[in-house]
Amino acid sequence: MGCRLCEVYCLVQHSRTKNIIKAYKGEYPKPQPRLIVEEKGHISFALQCRHCEDAPCLEACITGAMYRDKNTAAILCEENKCVGCWMCIMVCPFGVIGRNREGKKVISKCDLCIGAETPVCVKNCPNEAIIHEERK
Amino acid sequence: MNYVIIGNGPSAISAVRAIREVDLRSKLTIISDEPYLNYSRPLISYLLSKRIEKDKMPFCQENFYEENQVQLILNKRAKSLDVKEKNIILSHKERIPFDRLLIATGGAPIIPEFRGRDLFGIFTFTKLQDAEEIARYIRYNKVKEAVVVGGGLIGLKAAEAIIELKIKVTIVELADRILAATFDKNASSVIEVALEKIGGNLLTNNTAVEIKSKDKRVSEVILRDKKRIRAELVIVAIGVRPEIEVVKGTSIKTNKGILVNNFMQTNIKDIYAAGDCCEAKDSLLGINRPIPIWPVAASQGKVAGYNMAGVKREYSGSFTMNSIELCGIPTISVGQTYPQKKGYEVLEYFDKDKPIYKRIVLKNNRIVGAIFLGDIERAGIYTGLIKDRVDAGSFKEHLLKEDFGLIILPKEYRKHLVTGTGIEV
Repeated sequence: MGCRLCEVYCLVQHSRTKNIIKAYKGEYPKPQPRLIVEEKGHISFALQCRHCEDAPCLEACITGAMYRDKNTAAILCEENKCVGCWMCIMVCPFGVIGRNREGKKVISKCDLCIGAETPVCVKNCPNEAIIHEERK
Repeated sequence: MNYVIIGNGPSAISAVRAIREVDLRSKLTIISDEPYLNYSRPLISYLLSKRIEKDKMPFCQENFYEENQVQLILNKRAKSLDVKEKNIILSHKERIPFDRLLIATGGAPIIPEFRGRDLFGIFTFTKLQDAEEIARYIRYNKVKEAVVVGGGLIGLKAAEAIIELKIKVTIVELADRILAATFDKNASSVIEVALEKIGGNLLTNNTAVEIKSKDKRVSEVILRDKKRIRAELVIVAIGVRPEIEVVKGTSIKTNKGILVNNFMQTNIKDIYAAGDCCEAKDSLLGINRPIPIWPVAASQGKVAGYNMAGVKREYSGSFTMNSIELCGIPTISVGQTYPQKKGYEVLEYFDKDKPIYKRIVLKNNRIVGAIFLGDIERAGIYTGLIKDRVDAGSFKEHLLKEDFGLIILPKEYRKHLVTGTGIEV
């Protein structure tokens, strides 16, 4: 329905304060949502990293910053290693890797909400349109 | 089985991962002529400009070799091959036997002919050692002025790094503009303006013909048009070629690079090649040729590794692409960005002031190339459309619009993207 609640929850989850007002108004660098909501007419959907099995971003990464978490199989980026070369942005067919716009020159992507039992976009979608399931 | 890999770059590492996914027991050896465990060559400009420290150079973890039970032979050059006996010959005639071999020797810088080549202060710029030697030379000789020969990707990254070290730089490019191999005129012009803004001096349609010296050290560069430029440092970056010395004089077939089939196999059954040293399938141009870029090397190495370990994997091909940031402007260029023949359609958006430039090249309604400059958001979607040869006829007018995204793509393509793992969108 294009409510963009996932975007709000995602941004807050990836903020320092975890407080919606402060996250939007008082933090520098300003946190970014790690997902994209696409909308056209009556269709809308939230799009985040697919954590592909055959992930092109892993192969394209020149620093080794992009890696697959051994426990969760999520594709994560080690920000200390990332130099912001944007090779991953060039090869991601979903266009779900972004640049960190303020602060460090690193990429910004879905991390499946590290530590949380369920990603916040999934948990808070009023329409249960976003699902998270493990496949092998 | 006894696997040997010559080389220690992205294709070698990907091959190790693939082999070990299938075969945990066989012997696996890497031979590298460099002394380091592994490091990322594209990062040397970051090292030279001191944006990163040396400890950030490796692209895989220190324990990678141990974890994957890789025997390392470092600092030794594979000189030649005895294809019949299945031996690699190192310097001092040391022989290393193999059952299956991967040649992943990468590329080597092309060094042009000019007078004064052997002077101190002339460097190429592809290896970690180059960056370290340049840094040392700058320090000891208090370099104030430098000339970079070549306005391609490596030359410009070197120039930018040196400018950041507060050294005055002149870039000399043979073509009429920089980055002529991957950019069109608009994109080149944006970077040219930005380079000059940060203090780079750019000379096109020109090249170095002689280098003068003082006490055996570089002191001046003389150009084709007789212009003389004072410089204590010269970086030669006119291009790279496949490094294929090791197969010279063997029955392994080569052109510019080592020829391979779609299984990354050479004409000799148990010898494979991957990465910048080989000529594999360019899926866009429909020919085999070297595509010396990181992601391609990694993906070829993986295919080679699987096939070496007995799991048949076909290489689907790739095409040229690159992402570089120059003077703070991010750029991505993919595929045929500037075709000279007829029959292509070009869509453009150009805002010089910001600067933002986007260019899409189509042929028969299929995207064959793209340039993004200043705004690279979601560029990978276009790369995917090129790779999958999607007919863009039904959504062409959205390609450069704000609303561009997966949502404007045909539903079947969106479904195709997420087959297998992933969630339907």
